[in-house]
Amino acid sequence: MKKYIDTGKKDTRSGFGAGLAELGRTNPNVVALCADLIGSLKMDEFIKENPERFFQVGIAEANMMGVAAGLTIGGKIPFTGTFANFSTGRVYDQIRQSIAYSGKNVKICASHAGITLGEDGATHQILEDIGLMKMLPGMTVINPCDYNQTKAATIAIAEHNGPVYLRFGRPAVANFTPEDQKFEIGKALQLTEGTDVTIIATGHLVWEALSAAEALEAKGISAEVINIHTIKPLDDEAILASVAKTGCVVTCEEHNFLGGLGESVSRVLVQNNPVPQEFVATNDTFGESGTPAQLMEKYGLNNKAIEEAVIKVMKRK
Amino acid sequence: MPDTQQLNDLVIQVRRDILRMVHKVNSGHPGGSLGCTEFFVALYNEIMELNDEFDMDGIGEDLFFLSNGHISPVYYSVLARKGYFPIDELNTFRLIDSRLQGHPTTHEGLPGIRIASGSLGQGMSVALGAAEAKKLNNDNHIVYSLHGDGELQEGQNWEAIMYASAKKVDNIIATVDLNGKQIDGATDDVLPMGSVKAKFEAFGWDVLEIKEGNNLEAVITGLKEAKTRTGKGKPVCILLHTEMGNGVDFMMHTHAWHGKAPNDEQLAIALGQNPETLGDY
Repeated sequence: MKKYIDTGKKDTRSGFGAGLAELGRTNPNVVALCADLIGSLKMDEFIKENPERFFQVGIAEANMMGVAAGLTIGGKIPFTGTFANFSTGRVYDQIRQSIAYSGKNVKICASHAGITLGEDGATHQILEDIGLMKMLPGMTVINPCDYNQTKAATIAIAEHNGPVYLRFGRPAVANFTPEDQKFEIGKALQLTEGTDVTIIATGHLVWEALSAAEALEAKGISAEVINIHTIKPLDDEAILASVAKTGCVVTCEEHNFLGGLGESVSRVLVQNNPVPQEFVATNDTFGESGTPAQLMEKYGLNNKAIEEAVIKVMKRK
Repeated sequence: MPDTQQLNDLVIQVRRDILRMVHKVNSGHPGGSLGCTEFFVALYNEIMELNDEFDMDGIGEDLFFLSNGHISPVYYSVLARKGYFPIDELNTFRLIDSRLQGHPTTHEGLPGIRIASGSLGQGMSVALGAAEAKKLNNDNHIVYSLHGDGELQEGQNWEAIMYASAKKVDNIIATVDLNGKQIDGATDDVLPMGSVKAKFEAFGWDVLEIKEGNNLEAVITGLKEAKTRTGKGKPVCILLHTEMGNGVDFMMHTHAWHGKAPNDEQLAIALGQNPETLGDY
């Protein structure tokens, strides 16, 4: 198994901030908007270097989405920033009509996604956002796995013409992908080769999946880990090629199993090659307050949960 | 003043278009469309600086955003008669495979339309974004928008209204169609809004009123006055007093024709009150 090394924990939102700052220097059409969460979104560097290209809208997310849509009419590439909950559920109608249906080139950048926002609790967490965004026709949905990949994704989406939902988190997590990586929208990355089970993971559960795969290897189970950073469009080919070898799948995401990555994978399998699948995801629930590690443990989102799901799915082959 | 005879002829022809479009599919919103006919005719034919070819970014020209998308019949008619798309395409309004959806959209690629609208309350935010883009592009043109008065009940408007003055977006002229009516009745009965003028002024806007919103010359004069007030550090709001259903006697002074189509007999009467001027489609 190819080994991945944690080069030091970093938060993915800082990867977004670094990517945005680089875009500020390289792409004069990129503009940024924020709804009173500059620090949380790590937008400071972009703002310092490009004050005229930054729009502070205040605590008014609906207006932010509309202003972003309007800025595209004039050739700008707006990046909106707020928490994932307020980037999706709160403004679903604005995104649906003024951005997605209107085909506007807006990049909806969402921090503090999932349950690992932690102590703030369920009102500020969201476990439904992937579903909400992937259901919108024409919307690209991206959930990178670490700091480096989030930075690469942020830079890459500026070159993609169309609405994008870019999802990242709050806590510092393992940073293990190459600093100079090329980010290709819609192209899954196979991280390990295996023959017994395919583990398909997104976001920071990719690191948990790698860690689970190592533990499984010690038990004589050969796991193929695939990093699905783009949930829509989904890389059907990579998924099908892997399950053709392994014959079973575990999907892993910090999201409700309803409407998330797992369901997208199920659709591909059912239409092409039905094999047993287990879901590492939350089970139709809201979150609660706690430390990220406590919540990952309680809601079954860590490497241990992935190992258990692998054992279970292999029995169903 | 412009050649008001020609513009008056256009107003009457647009009314005929609205009535015939809505009648043909027995669906659509004639009331607010008829009430805003003079505004649309004046805006597109006398006020806005427009490029010859339609381009989504609209660099170097004035832009218009319709927020209350249900009055699409008047919008489509004026755009078609301005040359954005063939006039006989009005025949396809609300029909399957048409570019003229019930509510306007960019999705079908209809020239002249820059944003989808229909779900109310979003248009001012979009217009503000477009106005900000003009400032970034050093494009010294104006962004116009139209909003229903009932639509102001949507909270997003007030986020936008607050933003516009706070950020000194002074290249926008937002017009509120004050016809005092919405689907369920008079706005004063459904949810009274008090003084719209005082509210906009309290939010830091420069507000002017066009008392006779169905008098073409008054509308042109008011719009020209509004233009002179742009570029002075404040967003500009026009309160346009109109009569829903204007030009058809039985459609006026009631909210009944907000979203109802005339039958054959009613159409004949309505068209009789607006004899053909520039040729039906």
